[in-house]
Amino acid sequence: MPNKPPRLATRLLHWLCPPHLAEELEGDLDELFQQRICEAGLRQAQWRYLRDVISLVPLALAQRNTDTVFSQNPTNTIMIRNYLKIAFRTITKNKGYSFINIFGLASGMAVAMLIGLWIYDELSFNRQFKHHDRLAMLWQFVKFDAEKSAYDVMPIPLAQELRSKYPDFESVGLSVSRDVIVAAGDRKLLKTGNYVEPSFIDMLSLNVVSGTRFGNTDVNSILLSKSLAQTLFDNADPLNKLIKLDNKQTVKVAGVYEDFPDNSTFNDVQFLVPWKFFAANDEGARRDRDQWDSNSYQIIVQLKPGADFGQVSAKIRDIRMKRDNPPGYKPEFYLHPMRQWHLYSDFKDGVNIGGLITFVWLFGSIGVIVLLLACINFMNLSTARSGKRAKEVGIRKAIGSLRSQLISQFFSESLLMALLAFMVSIVLVQLTLPFFNQVSEKKLVILWTNPAFWLAGLGFSLLTGLIAGSYPALYLSAFQPVKVLKGILRTSRSATIPRRVLVGFQFTVSVTLITGTLIVFRQIEHAKDRPVGYSRNGLMEIGMNAPELYNHYTALRNDLLNTGAVADMSESSNPITFQAGGTTDISWKGKKPDSKPLVMSNYITHDYGKTVGWQIKEGRDFSRDFPTDSASMILNEAAVKLMGFEQRNGGSPIGQTVVQSGRQYTVIGVIHDMIKEDPFRPVSPSFFAINYRNVNTINIRLAPQLSTTDALAKVEQVFKRYSPDSPFDYKFADDQYNRKFGTEQRIGRLAGGFTILAILISCLGLFGMASFMAEQRTKEIGIRKALGASVFNVWQLLSTEYVVLVAIAFCLATPLAYIILSDWLRNYPYRIELSWWIFVLAGLSVLVVTLLTVSYQSLKAALMNPVKSLRSE
Amino acid sequence: MKGTYLGEFEEVVLLAVAIRSGDAYGAAVVNEIEQQMGRSVNLGAVHSALNRLQEKGLVSSEMGGMTAERGGRRKRLYTVTAYGRRVLEEVRQLRNQMWNAIPGFN
Repeated sequence: MPNKPPRLATRLLHWLCPPHLAEELEGDLDELFQQRICEAGLRQAQWRYLRDVISLVPLALAQRNTDTVFSQNPTNTIMIRNYLKIAFRTITKNKGYSFINIFGLASGMAVAMLIGLWIYDELSFNRQFKHHDRLAMLWQFVKFDAEKSAYDVMPIPLAQELRSKYPDFESVGLSVSRDVIVAAGDRKLLKTGNYVEPSFIDMLSLNVVSGTRFGNTDVNSILLSKSLAQTLFDNADPLNKLIKLDNKQTVKVAGVYEDFPDNSTFNDVQFLVPWKFFAANDEGARRDRDQWDSNSYQIIVQLKPGADFGQVSAKIRDIRMKRDNPPGYKPEFYLHPMRQWHLYSDFKDGVNIGGLITFVWLFGSIGVIVLLLACINFMNLSTARSGKRAKEVGIRKAIGSLRSQLISQFFSESLLMALLAFMVSIVLVQLTLPFFNQVSEKKLVILWTNPAFWLAGLGFSLLTGLIAGSYPALYLSAFQPVKVLKGILRTSRSATIPRRVLVGFQFTVSVTLITGTLIVFRQIEHAKDRPVGYSRNGLMEIGMNAPELYNHYTALRNDLLNTGAVADMSESSNPITFQAGGTTDISWKGKKPDSKPLVMSNYITHDYGKTVGWQIKEGRDFSRDFPTDSASMILNEAAVKLMGFEQRNGGSPIGQTVVQSGRQYTVIGVIHDMIKEDPFRPVSPSFFAINYRNVNTINIRLAPQLSTTDALAKVEQVFKRYSPDSPFDYKFADDQYNRKFGTEQRIGRLAGGFTILAILISCLGLFGMASFMAEQRTKEIGIRKALGASVFNVWQLLSTEYVVLVAIAFCLATPLAYIILSDWLRNYPYRIELSWWIFVLAGLSVLVVTLLTVSYQSLKAALMNPVKSLRSE
Repeated sequence: MKGTYLGEFEEVVLLAVAIRSGDAYGAAVVNEIEQQMGRSVNLGAVHSALNRLQEKGLVSSEMGGMTAERGGRRKRLYTVTAYGRRVLEEVRQLRNQMWNAIPGFN
C-alpha cells in the first residue's frame, strides 16, 4: 500500500478513540481510503478520509466512557488467556517439578499458617474480657532464703485494705479455686469452680444468659456455666434447682452464664459461688478471716481508667511491712496486669522474666525459617527451570513480544504457582489442624472470616510469586532473540552462586534443627530416667473430697486389703506427685540464726513408706511398734544436706532433734530423694511426720496379681460403701508423673515435627535441583562416559558440590546450635551435657540424607547409556 | 417508544446490513449505501447508526477474525437480529398499507 492516509487525521482518531474502537474504525477508514484512491484519486480520498474522521468524533467521544457495547478489551484478554494456557502447559509438562515446587511451597506455607494460628491464639489469650487492660492479679514476692520467690496467693484482709484505703482501684475481688463434688439429683461430678466476691462478676464482664447474678447479700446461691448446666440438668430449666456441694451444703442455682472462653485463664472454671458462702463454711477461710500472714487466696483488681499498674504497684508494695509484726519473709505486693498473665508468668527474684512468650518467639522463628526454606526452594527451582525456556523467549521476541509483555508473562506464571500453593496449603492446614490441636492442646480453627488472615496469606503468596518470578522475568526477558535461537546461551558461573548460598542456608537450618530436636528429646529422656525414689507401678491416688472418708482409717484400710486387689494403702497430706506446702518455722542444732530456708512438709500415716515404696538410706521406717514415732521424723537426703548433720559431727543424722512449729521431733530415718515436684529441678529438702488428721489423699498400691480393671472395680466397691454420694475419682501416679513432662514433651514433639517438615522441604528442593543439574549436564556426562569415566566418577562429580555445601553448613550450624541450646538448657538445673557426638550425628544425618537424595539423580545420570544422551542434537 | 422507532437513515443502514448479510462491517455498509443510493455518506454517520441499531437490539455484532487485508486489523461484523428483521417487515407492511390507501393509485 503505497499511499498513506493523512497522518494528522489518523493521530486525531487515536487520540480521541478508546483503544477497543480504534482497531475497527481505522480498518474501515483505511479500506475506504484505498478504495477511493482507485475510484476518485488521492486528493479526493484524503479529503473524504478527513471528513470521515471528523464525522466519527462524536461517536468516539460518546464511547469513551461507556463500555456498554464494545465492552471487552480484546487484545489483552487474549494474551492473558495465552499466558495462562502456556503456564498450565508448563506445569503439566513437568509434573515432577511442578509438584515439588507447588507442594514444597504449600507445605512451608501450611507450617507457617499453623504456627501463625497458634501465635494468634496465644496472643489473644484473655483479650475477650471487656476490661482486660485494666485488670490485674495481686502477686507477692517473699524472701525465704537468698532469692525472692513469687506467689499469687494473698491474705484475706488485704482485699478490704485495698478497697477502703486506695482510691486507685475501681473494684477488688477475692477469689479462690476449688475442686468440688457437684451433685444434682443422682448426678455427681468433680468440677473446678471459684468462690468469688460479686465484684468478680463485673470485672470479668460475665455474660449471664439466664437467671440473675448473685449480689452482696446472697450466700447460698450458685452460678453455673452453660456447659455444666447442660451436663447436670440436660435441657431442663436449671434455675432455682438445688445443688449439693461436697456432700455438705446445699446451694440454689441463681443463673447460668456463658462459659469462659477457651483461651482465657478461667477456662476451667465451671461454676461460681459467693465468697460469703465460702467464708461461712470453709474452716480455713473462717480461721484466716483476719490473718495477715495466711496466704491462700487470690485477689483480682480493676484499676480506675488512667491509673498505671506500675505506680499503683509501688503504692501497695509495702502494705504488710508497714503493719505490726512484719513477717521474716518480707512480702512485697505487686500488680500483675491481665495482659501479661498468660505469656509473662515467670518471676525470678522479684522480676518478671517472661514465660510462654519464649515459645511464641521460638515457634515464630521456626515458622519463619520453614517458610523461608520453602521460598528458597521455590525460587531456586523456578530460576533453574527458567533456563529451559530461553527458546520460548526467543521465539516470542522474534514474533513481536515487547519486553514488558514477557515480564508480565513470567510474573503471572510464578504468581499462579504461588496462588496454587496457597490454596493447597489451606487444604493442608484444614487436614492437619485436628492433629496439630491434639499435639499442642489447643482448639484452633482457620480464621475464615478474618480479613487479616486472607490479607497475610494472599499478600505473602504475591510476594513469593514476585520474588521467585523476578529472575526469569527480568533476566530472561533481556535475551537477544538471535543469540538465544542460535543456541548461544551464556551460563555464567556467577549465576549459580546465589543458588548455592541458598542451598547452604537450607543445610545450616537443617543441621541446627536436627541438633535442637535431638537435644530436647535427650533432655526429656534424661529427666525421665532420673531415679524417682519411689515406685509408680500400680500406685494410685484418691482425693479425700467427701467428709465421710475421714476418721475411718483402720476400717477403710482393712476393707481395702481384704478385697485382695490392694497391696497396701496409706494416707498423706498431698499426693506423691505433688508437694503442697512447706514451712520456715523449723530449726535444728547448728542452724544459722539468720537463714530462713523453706523445708517441705509431708504428713503421712504409718503405712505410707511401704505403699509408695520409698527407699530407706539410713535408719528405719515409721513403725507402730514404737509409740514414740508420733514425735519422730524422717528426712530426705536434701534435708540432711541442708541441715549439715553429716559434716558437723561426722556422725549420722539419726537421733538428731528437729524442732518444727514448737514441737520436738527425733530423726529416725533418711530416705533417698523422691521427685514430687519438677523433675528438672533438684529435690527440695523435705521432712515426713506421722499425722492422721492433717491428710487429704489416699494412696493405694494395687496388687500386681489382678488386672487393673478388676482391681479398680473392687476398690470402687469399698469406696462406694463409705461414701456412696461421691464419684469414684482416682489418678495413677504414673500418669500424674508423666504430666510433669507435658510442656517439654509438647515442645519436643512440635520441634520434631517441624524439623521433619523442614528437612522434607529441603530434600524436595534438593531433589529438584539435583535432577535439574544432572539433566543439564547430560551431554557432559555422556562424553565423560564415552571417554571412560566410571559410574563412581560421575557420581562423585555430581555429588561433591553438595558434600562441600553440607560441610560448610555444618561449620556454621554447630556454633549457632551450641549457643541456642546451651542457653535453653540453662533453664534446667538438672540437665544433660552438650556432648560433641550430638552435633556430629546431626551433621552426618544431614549428609546421609543429602547423599541419598542427590545420589538417586546422579546415579540415574551416571547409569545412562551415553549413546542415548549424545545421539540427539 | 424509542425502541421501535426507526429513522430514515437507520432504516437504510439496517437494510444495507441485511443485504451484506454475513459480511456487514462499517466500510462495507458505506459502500453498499453509496452504490444503492448514489450519494456519499460519512463513515461516522454509519457507525453511529449501527451503534444505535445495536442499542435498540435490531442488529448484533462481533469481532471478526484477523485477515491479511486492512493490515491485519479486525472487522466488527454486524448481523440483523430476528427482532430487526421483524421491524423491517413491519415498516414495509406499513408502507404498503399506506400506498394501498392512496385513492386511485393502483
